[in-house]
Amino acid sequence: MLAKRIIPCLDIRNGQTVKGVKFLDIKEVGDPVELGALYAQQGADELVFLDITASHEKRKTFVDLVKRIAQHINIPFTVGGGISELSDADALLSAGADKISINSSAVRNPQLISDMAQHFGSQFVVVAIDAKQIAGDDWTVTVNGGRIPTEKRLFSWAREAEERGAGEILFTSMDHDGVKQGFANEALARLSDERGIPIIASGGAGAKEHFKDVFTKGKADAGLAASIFHFNEIPIPELKAYLKNEGISIR
Amino acid sequence: MKIVIIKYNAGNIQSVSFALERLGYQAEITADHDAIRNADKVIFPGVGEASTTMAYLKSEGLDQLIPSLKQPVLGICLGMQLMCSHSEEGDTPCLGIFDEKVKKFIAPPKDSGNIKIPHMGWNQLTNVREPLFNKELENEYVYFVHSFYVATGPDTAAESNYIHPFSAALRKDNFYATQFHPEKSSKAGEQILRNFLEM
Repeated sequence: MLAKRIIPCLDIRNGQTVKGVKFLDIKEVGDPVELGALYAQQGADELVFLDITASHEKRKTFVDLVKRIAQHINIPFTVGGGISELSDADALLSAGADKISINSSAVRNPQLISDMAQHFGSQFVVVAIDAKQIAGDDWTVTVNGGRIPTEKRLFSWAREAEERGAGEILFTSMDHDGVKQGFANEALARLSDERGIPIIASGGAGAKEHFKDVFTKGKADAGLAASIFHFNEIPIPELKAYLKNEGISIR
Repeated sequence: MKIVIIKYNAGNIQSVSFALERLGYQAEITADHDAIRNADKVIFPGVGEASTTMAYLKSEGLDQLIPSLKQPVLGICLGMQLMCSHSEEGDTPCLGIFDEKVKKFIAPPKDSGNIKIPHMGWNQLTNVREPLFNKELENEYVYFVHSFYVATGPDTAAESNYIHPFSAALRKDNFYATQFHPEKSSKAGEQILRNFLEM
Protein backbone atom coordinates (compact mmCIF):
# COMPACT_ATOMS: atom_id res chain seq x y z
CA MET A 1 0.00 0.00 0.00
CA LEU A 2 1.21 3.48 -0.83
CA ALA A 3 2.64 5.04 2.33
CA LYS A 4 1.82 8.49 3.69
CA ARG A 5 4.94 10.61 3.52
CA ILE A 6 6.71 12.52 6.31
CA ILE A 7 8.69 15.45 4.93
CA PRO A 8 11.07 17.65 6.96
CA CYS A 9 11.57 21.09 5.46
CA LEU A 10 14.90 22.93 5.77
CA ASP A 11 15.23 26.67 5.25
CA ILE A 12 18.55 27.61 3.68
CA ARG A 13 20.26 30.98 3.69
CA ASN A 14 23.65 31.40 2.05
CA GLY A 15 24.08 27.65 1.97
CA GLN A 16 23.38 27.07 5.66
CA THR A 17 20.26 25.89 7.49
CA VAL A 18 18.62 28.84 9.15
CA LYS A 19 16.80 27.49 12.15
CA GLY A 20 18.88 26.22 15.01
CA VAL A 21 19.06 22.50 15.32
CA LYS A 22 19.36 20.50 18.49
CA PHE A 23 21.02 17.32 17.41
CA LEU A 24 23.99 16.19 19.40
CA ASP A 25 25.14 13.80 16.72
CA ILE A 26 25.46 16.46 14.04
CA LYS A 27 28.97 17.69 13.56
CA GLU A 28 28.27 20.83 11.68
CA VAL A 29 25.02 22.25 12.93
CA GLY A 30 24.34 24.53 10.02
CA ASP A 31 25.14 22.08 7.25
CA PRO A 32 21.97 21.19 5.32
CA VAL A 33 23.58 18.14 3.74
CA GLU A 34 24.45 16.59 7.07
CA LEU A 35 21.06 17.41 8.56
CA GLY A 36 19.29 16.09 5.47
CA ALA A 37 21.32 12.88 5.58
CA LEU A 38 20.42 12.41 9.23
CA TYR A 39 16.72 12.84 8.47
CA ALA A 40 16.99 10.39 5.58
CA GLN A 41 18.67 7.87 7.85
CA GLN A 42 15.95 8.40 10.48
CA GLY A 43 13.24 7.50 7.98
CA ALA A 44 12.17 10.79 6.39
CA ASP A 45 10.39 9.95 3.13
CA GLU A 46 11.41 13.08 1.25
CA LEU A 47 13.10 16.37 2.01
CA VAL A 48 12.31 19.94 1.03
CA PHE A 49 15.06 22.58 0.87
CA LEU A 50 13.83 26.16 0.62
CA ASP A 51 16.31 28.82 -0.38
CA ILE A 52 15.42 31.99 1.46
CA THR A 53 18.53 33.82 0.28
CA ALA A 54 17.29 37.20 -0.80
CA SER A 55 19.98 38.28 -3.22
CA HIS A 56 20.18 36.97 -6.73
CA GLU A 57 23.98 36.67 -6.79
CA LYS A 58 23.90 34.05 -4.04
CA ARG A 59 21.82 31.71 -6.18
CA LYS A 60 24.91 29.88 -7.34
CA THR A 61 25.66 28.89 -3.77
CA PHE A 62 22.29 27.18 -3.66
CA VAL A 63 22.84 25.30 -6.92
CA ASP A 64 26.18 24.06 -5.58
CA LEU A 65 24.45 23.00 -2.40
CA VAL A 66 21.77 21.11 -4.36
CA LYS A 67 24.49 19.17 -6.11
CA ARG A 68 26.04 18.22 -2.77
CA ILE A 69 22.62 17.16 -1.47
CA ALA A 70 22.07 14.97 -4.54
CA GLN A 71 25.47 13.38 -4.04
CA HIS A 72 24.90 12.48 -0.42
CA ILE A 73 21.19 11.82 0.09
CA ASN A 74 19.47 8.62 -1.02
CA ILE A 75 15.84 9.77 -0.91
CA PRO A 76 13.95 12.23 -3.16
CA PHE A 77 14.16 15.93 -2.47
CA THR A 78 12.41 19.09 -3.61
CA VAL A 79 14.05 22.49 -3.83
CA GLY A 80 12.28 25.82 -3.85
CA GLY A 81 12.73 29.54 -3.38
CA GLY A 82 13.31 32.17 -6.01
CA ILE A 83 12.59 29.97 -9.01
CA SER A 84 10.96 32.21 -11.60
CA GLU A 85 12.37 31.05 -14.93
CA LEU A 86 12.88 27.80 -16.79
CA SER A 87 16.63 28.35 -16.62
CA ASP A 88 16.49 28.40 -12.78
CA ALA A 89 14.69 25.05 -12.79
CA ASP A 90 17.02 23.62 -15.40
CA ALA A 91 20.08 24.45 -13.29
CA LEU A 92 18.52 22.74 -10.27
CA LEU A 93 17.50 19.67 -12.30
CA SER A 94 21.01 19.36 -13.69
CA ALA A 95 22.37 19.63 -10.15
CA GLY A 96 20.26 16.61 -9.20
CA ALA A 97 17.01 17.96 -7.71
CA ASP A 98 14.06 15.57 -8.06
CA LYS A 99 11.40 18.28 -7.93
CA ILE A 100 11.18 22.04 -7.74
CA SER A 101 8.53 24.03 -5.94
CA ILE A 102 7.24 27.33 -7.24
CA ASN A 103 5.08 29.71 -5.26
CA SER A 104 4.89 33.50 -5.72
CA SER A 105 6.36 33.29 -9.21
CA ALA A 106 3.53 30.98 -10.29
CA VAL A 107 0.90 33.31 -8.84
CA ARG A 108 2.39 36.23 -10.76
CA ASN A 109 2.88 34.18 -13.91
CA PRO A 110 0.65 31.06 -14.01
CA GLN A 111 2.01 30.18 -17.45
CA LEU A 112 5.23 29.24 -15.61
CA ILE A 113 3.50 26.09 -14.30
CA SER A 114 2.52 25.03 -17.84
CA ASP A 115 5.99 25.76 -19.19
CA MET A 116 7.73 23.86 -16.39
CA ALA A 117 5.40 20.86 -16.72
CA GLN A 118 5.88 20.72 -20.45
CA HIS A 119 9.65 21.05 -20.22
CA PHE A 120 10.44 18.82 -17.28
CA GLY A 121 7.30 16.73 -16.74
CA SER A 122 4.60 17.14 -14.10
CA GLN A 123 6.45 14.93 -11.64
CA PHE A 124 9.09 17.67 -11.37
CA VAL A 125 6.68 20.52 -10.56
CA VAL A 126 5.32 21.18 -7.08
CA VAL A 127 3.09 24.23 -6.78
CA ALA A 128 3.32 25.66 -3.28
CA ILE A 129 0.33 27.70 -2.11
CA ASP A 130 0.43 29.90 0.99
CA ALA A 131 -3.13 30.83 1.89
CA LYS A 132 -4.98 32.68 4.65
CA GLN A 133 -8.53 32.00 5.69
CA ILE A 134 -10.89 34.93 5.14
CA ALA A 135 -14.12 33.26 6.21
CA GLY A 136 -15.37 29.69 6.24
CA ASP A 137 -14.37 28.07 2.98
CA ASP A 138 -12.89 31.24 1.56
CA TRP A 139 -9.09 31.31 1.55
CA THR A 140 -7.00 33.98 -0.13
CA VAL A 141 -3.71 33.03 -1.73
CA THR A 142 -0.79 35.12 -0.46
CA VAL A 143 2.67 35.81 -1.83
CA ASN A 144 6.02 36.85 -0.38
CA GLY A 145 5.85 34.52 2.57
CA GLY A 146 2.25 35.34 3.42
CA ARG A 147 2.77 39.08 3.55
CA ILE A 148 0.82 40.07 0.45
CA PRO A 149 -2.74 38.84 -0.18
CA THR A 150 -3.75 38.33 -3.82
CA GLU A 151 -6.97 38.11 -5.81
CA LYS A 152 -6.55 34.35 -6.14
CA ARG A 153 -8.51 31.90 -4.02
CA LEU A 154 -7.11 28.62 -2.68
CA PHE A 155 -9.43 26.06 -4.26
CA SER A 156 -9.70 27.64 -7.70
CA TRP A 157 -5.95 28.31 -7.81
CA ALA A 158 -5.21 24.70 -6.87
CA ARG A 159 -7.52 23.58 -9.69
CA GLU A 160 -5.76 25.84 -12.16
CA ALA A 161 -2.36 24.58 -10.98
CA GLU A 162 -3.42 20.98 -11.58
CA GLU A 163 -4.92 21.82 -14.96
CA ARG A 164 -1.67 23.52 -15.95
CA GLY A 165 0.28 20.39 -15.12
CA ALA A 166 1.42 20.63 -11.49
CA GLY A 167 2.41 17.22 -10.13
CA GLU A 168 1.69 18.03 -6.49
CA ILE A 169 0.22 20.82 -4.37
CA LEU A 170 2.04 21.93 -1.21
CA PHE A 171 -0.55 23.86 0.79
CA THR A 172 0.58 25.94 3.76
CA SER A 173 -2.07 27.52 5.95
CA MET A 174 -0.63 30.84 7.09
CA ASP A 175 -3.17 30.79 9.94
CA HIS A 176 -1.82 27.51 11.27
CA ASP A 177 1.87 27.92 10.45
CA GLY A 178 4.00 28.27 13.58
CA VAL A 179 1.01 27.89 15.93
CA LYS A 180 1.59 24.16 16.51
CA GLN A 181 -2.09 23.43 17.08
CA GLY A 182 -2.57 21.09 14.14
CA PHE A 183 -2.99 21.36 10.37
CA ALA A 184 -5.86 23.05 8.46
CA ASN A 185 -7.61 19.71 8.07
CA GLU A 186 -10.96 20.92 6.75
CA ALA A 187 -9.43 22.87 3.87
CA LEU A 188 -6.95 20.04 3.24
CA ALA A 189 -9.70 17.44 3.01
CA ARG A 190 -11.59 19.55 0.49
CA LEU A 191 -8.41 20.10 -1.53
CA SER A 192 -7.62 16.40 -1.49
CA ASP A 193 -11.17 15.43 -2.51
CA GLU A 194 -11.27 17.94 -5.34
CA ARG A 195 -7.82 17.37 -6.80
CA GLY A 196 -6.44 14.34 -8.61
CA ILE A 197 -2.81 14.99 -7.63
CA PRO A 198 -1.13 14.47 -4.25
CA ILE A 199 -1.54 17.12 -1.55
CA ILE A 200 1.30 17.93 0.85
CA ALA A 201 0.06 19.51 4.07
CA SER A 202 2.14 22.19 5.76
CA GLY A 203 1.67 24.48 8.72
CA GLY A 204 0.60 23.61 12.24
CA ALA A 205 2.43 20.45 13.26
CA GLY A 206 3.10 20.48 16.98
CA ALA A 207 2.31 16.94 18.13
CA LYS A 208 2.27 13.40 16.77
CA GLU A 209 -1.54 13.40 16.85
CA HIS A 210 -1.56 16.28 14.37
CA PHE A 211 0.00 14.01 11.75
CA LYS A 212 -2.56 11.29 12.40
CA ASP A 213 -5.30 13.89 11.94
CA VAL A 214 -3.82 15.34 8.78
CA PHE A 215 -3.70 11.90 7.16
CA THR A 216 -7.19 10.84 8.31
CA LYS A 217 -9.34 13.99 8.68
CA GLY A 218 -7.20 16.08 6.34
CA LYS A 219 -6.80 13.25 3.76
CA ALA A 220 -3.33 14.56 2.95
CA ASP A 221 -0.83 12.42 1.05
CA ALA A 222 2.16 13.90 2.89
CA GLY A 223 2.80 15.97 6.00
CA LEU A 224 5.54 18.58 6.07
CA ALA A 225 7.07 20.26 9.11
CA ALA A 226 10.21 22.10 10.11
CA SER A 227 10.84 23.16 13.68
CA ILE A 228 9.44 20.09 15.43
CA PHE A 229 12.04 18.04 13.59
CA HIS A 230 14.89 20.54 13.82
CA PHE A 231 14.48 20.89 17.57
CA ASN A 232 13.96 17.16 17.90
CA GLU A 233 10.62 17.79 19.62
CA ILE A 234 9.22 14.86 17.66
CA PRO A 235 11.95 12.51 16.45
CA ILE A 236 11.01 11.00 13.08
CA PRO A 237 11.39 7.34 14.17
CA GLU A 238 9.07 7.97 17.12
CA LEU A 239 6.53 9.75 14.90
CA LYS A 240 6.52 6.95 12.34
CA ALA A 241 6.21 4.24 14.99
CA TYR A 242 3.26 6.10 16.49
CA LEU A 243 1.49 6.50 13.12
CA LYS A 244 2.04 2.84 12.22
CA ASN A 245 0.55 1.88 15.54
CA GLU A 246 -2.46 4.07 14.76
CA GLY A 247 -3.05 2.10 11.57
CA ILE A 248 -1.71 4.70 9.14
CA SER A 249 0.18 3.32 6.14
CA ILE A 250 3.78 4.34 6.86
CA ARG A 251 7.11 3.19 5.49
CA MET B 1 34.33 -3.29 -13.76
CA LYS B 2 33.16 -0.89 -16.43
CA ILE B 3 29.71 0.58 -15.84
CA VAL B 4 27.98 2.72 -18.44
CA ILE B 5 24.92 4.88 -17.93
CA ILE B 6 23.32 5.50 -21.30
CA LYS B 7 23.29 9.22 -21.93
CA TYR B 8 20.12 10.61 -23.45
CA ASN B 9 17.56 13.30 -22.74
CA ALA B 10 16.45 11.82 -19.41
CA GLY B 11 16.12 13.66 -16.13
CA ASN B 12 17.65 11.34 -13.57
CA ILE B 13 21.02 10.43 -15.08
CA GLN B 14 22.94 12.52 -12.55
CA SER B 15 21.00 10.97 -9.65
CA VAL B 16 21.80 7.45 -10.83
CA SER B 17 25.46 8.36 -11.20
CA PHE B 18 25.55 9.82 -7.67
CA ALA B 19 23.85 6.69 -6.27
CA LEU B 20 26.57 4.51 -7.81
CA GLU B 21 29.24 6.79 -6.35
CA ARG B 22 27.71 6.33 -2.89
CA LEU B 23 28.17 2.59 -3.39
CA GLY B 24 31.79 3.10 -4.40
CA TYR B 25 31.36 2.68 -8.18
CA GLN B 26 32.24 5.09 -10.94
CA ALA B 27 30.11 5.05 -14.07
CA GLU B 28 30.72 6.56 -17.46
CA ILE B 29 27.78 8.53 -18.86
CA THR B 30 27.87 8.12 -22.62
CA ALA B 31 25.87 7.48 -25.79
CA ASP B 32 28.89 6.05 -27.61
CA HIS B 33 27.94 2.70 -29.07
CA ASP B 34 31.34 1.05 -28.60
CA ALA B 35 31.57 2.17 -24.99
CA ILE B 36 28.08 0.83 -24.29
CA ARG B 37 28.72 -2.46 -26.09
CA ASN B 38 32.00 -3.02 -24.23
CA ALA B 39 30.72 -2.21 -20.74
CA ASP B 40 30.29 -4.91 -18.09
CA LYS B 41 27.05 -3.39 -16.87
CA VAL B 42 24.71 -0.99 -18.62
CA ILE B 43 22.15 1.23 -16.90
CA PHE B 44 19.31 2.73 -18.93
CA PRO B 45 17.69 5.38 -16.73
CA GLY B 46 14.71 7.51 -17.58
CA VAL B 47 12.44 10.31 -16.54
CA GLY B 48 10.40 11.94 -19.26
CA GLU B 49 7.83 11.25 -21.94
CA ALA B 50 7.81 8.04 -24.00
CA SER B 51 7.34 9.24 -27.59
CA THR B 52 9.91 12.06 -27.51
CA THR B 53 12.38 9.80 -25.73
CA MET B 54 11.93 6.98 -28.28
CA ALA B 55 12.40 9.49 -31.11
CA TYR B 56 15.66 10.56 -29.49
CA LEU B 57 16.84 6.95 -29.04
CA LYS B 58 16.14 6.33 -32.74
CA SER B 59 18.06 9.41 -33.80
CA GLU B 60 21.09 8.06 -31.90
CA GLY B 61 20.65 4.48 -33.16
CA LEU B 62 20.19 3.38 -29.55
CA ASP B 63 16.89 1.67 -30.40
CA GLN B 64 18.91 -0.92 -32.34
CA LEU B 65 21.82 -1.13 -29.93
CA ILE B 66 20.03 -1.61 -26.59
CA PRO B 67 18.04 -4.79 -27.48
CA SER B 68 21.23 -6.35 -28.92
CA LEU B 69 23.26 -6.02 -25.70
CA LYS B 70 24.51 -9.23 -24.07
CA GLN B 71 25.73 -7.98 -20.68
CA PRO B 72 23.38 -7.25 -17.74
CA VAL B 73 21.26 -4.17 -18.53
CA LEU B 74 19.15 -2.34 -15.93
CA GLY B 75 16.31 -0.08 -17.09
CA ILE B 76 14.86 2.37 -14.59
CA CYS B 77 11.35 3.90 -14.61
CA LEU B 78 10.77 5.24 -18.16
CA GLY B 79 13.77 3.10 -19.13
CA MET B 80 11.78 0.02 -18.12
CA GLN B 81 8.69 1.17 -19.99
CA LEU B 82 10.70 1.81 -23.15
CA MET B 83 12.06 -1.75 -22.96
CA CYS B 84 8.48 -3.03 -23.43
CA SER B 85 6.76 -3.50 -26.80
CA HIS B 86 4.42 -0.51 -26.75
CA SER B 87 3.42 2.42 -24.53
CA GLU B 88 0.04 4.12 -24.37
CA GLU B 89 1.96 7.32 -23.64
CA GLY B 90 1.95 8.98 -27.05
CA ASP B 91 0.89 5.61 -28.60
CA THR B 92 4.57 4.75 -28.89
CA PRO B 93 6.13 1.56 -30.29
CA CYS B 94 9.03 0.76 -27.94
CA LEU B 95 12.11 -1.50 -27.89
CA GLY B 96 10.24 -4.80 -27.55
CA ILE B 97 12.65 -6.48 -25.14
CA PHE B 98 9.78 -7.38 -22.82
CA ASP B 99 6.62 -8.57 -24.55
CA GLU B 100 4.45 -6.26 -22.46
CA LYS B 101 2.30 -3.21 -23.12
CA VAL B 102 2.58 -0.08 -20.98
CA LYS B 103 -0.83 1.25 -19.91
CA LYS B 104 -2.06 4.37 -18.17
CA PHE B 105 -3.36 4.12 -14.61
CA ILE B 106 -7.09 4.83 -14.54
CA ALA B 107 -8.37 6.24 -11.25
CA PRO B 108 -11.40 4.37 -9.90
CA PRO B 109 -14.60 6.38 -9.18
CA LYS B 110 -14.07 8.95 -6.44
CA ASP B 111 -16.59 7.40 -4.04
CA SER B 112 -14.17 4.53 -3.46
CA GLY B 113 -11.65 7.05 -2.05
CA ASN B 114 -9.77 9.60 -4.09
CA ILE B 115 -6.88 7.75 -5.73
CA LYS B 116 -4.25 10.17 -7.02
CA ILE B 117 -2.35 9.83 -10.29
CA PRO B 118 0.65 9.77 -10.65
CA HIS B 119 1.42 6.94 -8.27
CA MET B 120 3.92 8.94 -6.26
CA GLY B 121 5.74 7.90 -3.13
CA TRP B 122 6.85 4.81 -1.24
CA ASN B 123 5.15 1.49 -1.89
CA GLN B 124 5.93 -2.12 -1.05
CA LEU B 125 7.56 -4.84 -3.11
CA THR B 126 6.00 -8.30 -3.10
CA ASN B 127 6.79 -11.62 -4.82
CA VAL B 128 10.38 -10.51 -5.33
CA ARG B 129 12.61 -12.78 -7.41
CA GLU B 130 16.35 -13.31 -7.42
CA PRO B 131 18.89 -12.28 -8.49
CA LEU B 132 17.94 -8.58 -8.65
CA PHE B 133 16.10 -8.96 -5.36
CA ASN B 134 17.07 -10.99 -2.34
CA LYS B 135 14.36 -12.34 -0.06
CA GLU B 136 15.04 -9.65 2.56
CA LEU B 137 13.55 -7.15 0.13
CA GLU B 138 10.10 -8.75 0.29
CA ASN B 139 7.66 -6.10 1.64
CA GLU B 140 10.34 -3.39 1.57
CA TYR B 141 9.29 0.07 0.48
CA VAL B 142 10.76 1.71 -2.63
CA TYR B 143 10.09 5.05 -4.29
CA PHE B 144 7.78 5.28 -7.31
CA VAL B 145 6.75 8.19 -9.56
CA HIS B 146 4.74 7.12 -12.60
CA SER B 147 1.39 7.45 -14.35
CA PHE B 148 1.86 4.45 -16.66
CA TYR B 149 2.39 0.84 -15.59
CA VAL B 150 3.11 -2.67 -16.82
CA ALA B 151 0.68 -5.39 -15.73
CA THR B 152 2.06 -8.49 -14.04
CA GLY B 153 3.16 -11.23 -16.43
CA PRO B 154 5.73 -13.95 -17.09
CA ASP B 155 8.66 -11.49 -16.90
CA THR B 156 7.56 -9.89 -13.62
CA ALA B 157 10.47 -9.92 -11.14
CA ALA B 158 8.67 -8.03 -8.34
CA GLU B 159 5.15 -6.74 -7.85
CA SER B 160 3.60 -3.76 -6.16
CA ASN B 161 -0.01 -2.70 -5.78
CA TYR B 162 -1.63 0.59 -6.68
CA ILE B 163 -5.27 0.49 -7.75
CA HIS B 164 -4.35 -3.10 -8.79
CA PRO B 165 -1.19 -5.25 -8.82
CA PHE B 166 1.45 -4.23 -11.38
CA SER B 167 5.05 -5.06 -12.26
CA ALA B 168 7.47 -3.23 -9.97
CA ALA B 169 10.30 -4.97 -11.83
CA LEU B 170 10.85 -7.13 -14.92
CA ARG B 171 13.53 -9.56 -15.94
CA LYS B 172 14.18 -11.46 -19.16
CA ASP B 173 17.55 -13.06 -19.86
CA ASN B 174 20.21 -10.34 -19.33
CA PHE B 175 17.63 -7.53 -19.18
CA TYR B 176 16.47 -6.22 -15.80
CA ALA B 177 14.20 -3.28 -15.15
CA THR B 178 12.54 -1.47 -12.26
CA GLN B 179 9.49 0.78 -12.39
CA PHE B 180 10.62 2.42 -9.14
CA HIS B 181 13.75 4.50 -8.60
CA PRO B 182 16.41 2.44 -6.78
CA GLU B 183 18.66 5.53 -6.83
CA LYS B 184 16.10 7.29 -4.58
CA SER B 185 14.94 4.31 -2.52
CA SER B 186 17.20 4.61 0.52
CA LYS B 187 18.81 1.38 1.80
CA ALA B 188 16.48 -0.95 -0.13
CA GLY B 189 17.37 0.78 -3.36
CA GLU B 190 21.08 0.58 -2.58
CA GLN B 191 20.75 -3.15 -2.02
CA ILE B 192 19.03 -3.60 -5.39
CA LEU B 193 21.69 -1.58 -7.21
CA ARG B 194 24.39 -3.57 -5.44
CA ASN B 195 22.71 -6.85 -6.45
CA PHE B 196 22.75 -5.70 -10.06
CA LEU B 197 26.35 -4.49 -9.97
CA GLU B 198 27.58 -7.67 -8.28
CA MET B 199 25.87 -10.06 -10.74
